Amino acid sequence: MDFTLPEEMESLRRIVRDFVGNEVEPVAQEIEESGEIPRRIVQMAKEMGLFGLSIPEEYGGLGLSMVGKCAIYEELGKTHNGFTSLIGAHTGIGTVGIVQMGNKEQKRRYLPKMATGEWIGAFALTEPSAGSHAANLKTTAVRKGDRYLINGSKHYITNARDAHVFTVMAVTDPSKGPKGITSFIVERDFPGFIVGKTEKKMGLNGSHSCELFFEDLEVPVENRLGEEGEGYVNALKILTNGRAGLAARNLGSCQYLLDKSIQYAMERVQFDKPIIEQQAVLHMLADMAVETETLRSLTYRVAWMTDQGMNVIKEAAMVKLYGSEVYNRVADKAVQIHGGIGYNAEYPIERFYRDARITRIYEGTSEIQRNIIGAQLIKEYRKRS
Amino acid sequence: MNILVCLKQTFDTEERITIENGKINEDGAEFVINPYDEYAVEEAIKLKEQHGGEVTVITIGPERAEQALRTAMAMGADKGVIVDLEDLGDQVDEHTIAQVLAATIREEDLDFDIILCGYMAVDDGSAQVGPRLAELLEIPHISTITKLTVEGDKVSVEKDVEGDVEYIDAKLPILVTAQQGLNDPRYPSLPGIMKAKKKPLTRLELDDLDLDEEEIAAKTEIIETFLPPKKEAGKILTGDLADQAKELVQLLRSEAKVI
Ligand SMILES: Cc1cc2nc3c(=O)[nH]c(=O)nc-3n(C[C@H](O)[C@H](O)[C@H](O)COP(=O)(O)OP(=O)(O)OC[C@H]3O[C@@H](n4cnc5c(N)ncnc54)[C@H](O)[C@@H]3O)c2cc1C
Repeated sequence: MDFTLPEEMESLRRIVRDFVGNEVEPVAQEIEESGEIPRRIVQMAKEMGLFGLSIPEEYGGLGLSMVGKCAIYEELGKTHNGFTSLIGAHTGIGTVGIVQMGNKEQKRRYLPKMATGEWIGAFALTEPSAGSHAANLKTTAVRKGDRYLINGSKHYITNARDAHVFTVMAVTDPSKGPKGITSFIVERDFPGFIVGKTEKKMGLNGSHSCELFFEDLEVPVENRLGEEGEGYVNALKILTNGRAGLAARNLGSCQYLLDKSIQYAMERVQFDKPIIEQQAVLHMLADMAVETETLRSLTYRVAWMTDQGMNVIKEAAMVKLYGSEVYNRVADKAVQIHGGIGYNAEYPIERFYRDARITRIYEGTSEIQRNIIGAQLIKEYRKRS
Repeated sequence: MNILVCLKQTFDTEERITIENGKINEDGAEFVINPYDEYAVEEAIKLKEQHGGEVTVITIGPERAEQALRTAMAMGADKGVIVDLEDLGDQVDEHTIAQVLAATIREEDLDFDIILCGYMAVDDGSAQVGPRLAELLEIPHISTITKLTVEGDKVSVEKDVEGDVEYIDAKLPILVTAQQGLNDPRYPSLPGIMKAKKKPLTRLELDDLDLDEEEIAAKTEIIETFLPPKKEAGKILTGDLADQAKELVQLLRSEAKVI
């Protein structure tokens, strides 16, 4: 088994690492306090091509494999998670639908501008009535001639404040349950599209999630993504595809916290010696390292399976679950090792501790991931016996 | 406009240097384009963007140095030449490098209107290669520039002279060396990196060049390589000035042993 990345992937990774270390890290505290990512940084990320990770080369993107994307996400995870989230949501759930389910016309219209970041993407599934129970959508789409009229609302939609292109799920046939859901590509300036308030959150500052309201929102028929009734499966596919990427972002954050914790434990002296010489502290570091490394193996394994076109429903749920749980445990230990400074908002550790928390909730809660894994286990068992 | 950039791959400036058997240990080290050469690359690409033309990057170094050329190509350089002098072993100094660069430019028929170099490499710190190369090619040179404007064949530069600025007008062809402040090198774009691996690269060895080994052999010899002494806490002398001076002289004699 060969775990080395191809040389050009290493080059990509190196440049992203330099960019993150030299440009984003120095403004991380500024992002946290102002709640805004400096325009200059976003512009640089666009010029570097970071918004085109998932988009094929023929449409101006990088067309990276999942393994390649994960290498980049891992580097992006080593800095402010709000910045990571802007790019992660755009290149993940924000663009993947059009890349995978879009027709030629749709790809030609949307992908080149999304690859440069001129148009930012978002994914709008969740509604007040449909969180974990994602099929319980109340938003409806009714066909009127060559257009659909969409009515309803969404909430918690990442990137909504700044996005131009939304993958929206709505019910076209209420009698069919999940099979009555259809997906659409909606542009911000379509008539009837309203962006509501930006949510106030525990963390992920600089990443803006909003409510959306659709009031007789007019969507041309050619903006339907796939066929009527395919929307729920499309949404699940998009989410499944994104899971290794999310885990890779968490992996980068774990590595960052581990590195910072080792450094601090070597420098901080109590009882006349560095605290790393206390076995209790060293054991925490050992546990953080083991879990981070295990996450690394699982992440790249699931990414590799995705690239092979294998069915990864179970493994994607595993890596989403494990990645967020490990990130939370590692962040907790990092705070503990840092003591008071770990709780101080002028140092980055408490920010990671807060930002880690959302990863167990969004893109399917930990409980829902366990449900998926469990259902797959039963299915596999039945198949065998 | 034909633009040549000579660059060197050096240790990442954040790398901790260790010495093993009298040599700098390269194991596991990260390498980068020498920071001053990176300014030269950026300036070359800017010139190309303004005036059109082609940027060729040249390096002398081992196989790993290709990485530095590919990075320059990812930033926008069009083609590269790498010369491997492995055969010469340690018999390489600034004289050798300048001779080999000049021969490469002549024999590969690399036309140039302007040649850009970093003013020095952060590893050896000699600041000699640029001026030496210009002498060999019999063109003028200006070192440590912080601003460059080219119009037609007219060249105007601002040159850093120990913190002051000297304004110089000159003509193409010319060689200039880059000082910090010349520009802010761009990050290579990710698509640029993917494209860079397909750009043309010429590999040369000493045998490919018409050079007399003895003539280019190093004119200097490295006698010893050692790390700078660890920084120790300073000492602040107190008391009246005459006593301080006395104590200082005594310390310079007995402790620092410099007089
Ligand atoms: C910052 C942020 C960004 C987001 N970004 C997006 C986005 O871009 N696009 C989008 O569409 N959505 C987005 N979401 C929505 C997110 O995916 C949902 O919040 C999440 O799926 C949970 O839904 P809910 O909040 O309604 O919680 P609920 O579904 O109400 O869950 C509450 C609790 O009940 C548990 N629970 C519910 N059902 C079960 C079950 N069957 N078995 C076991 N436990 C269960 C849950 O695990 C959880 O612990 C975002 C959310 C946040 C907070």
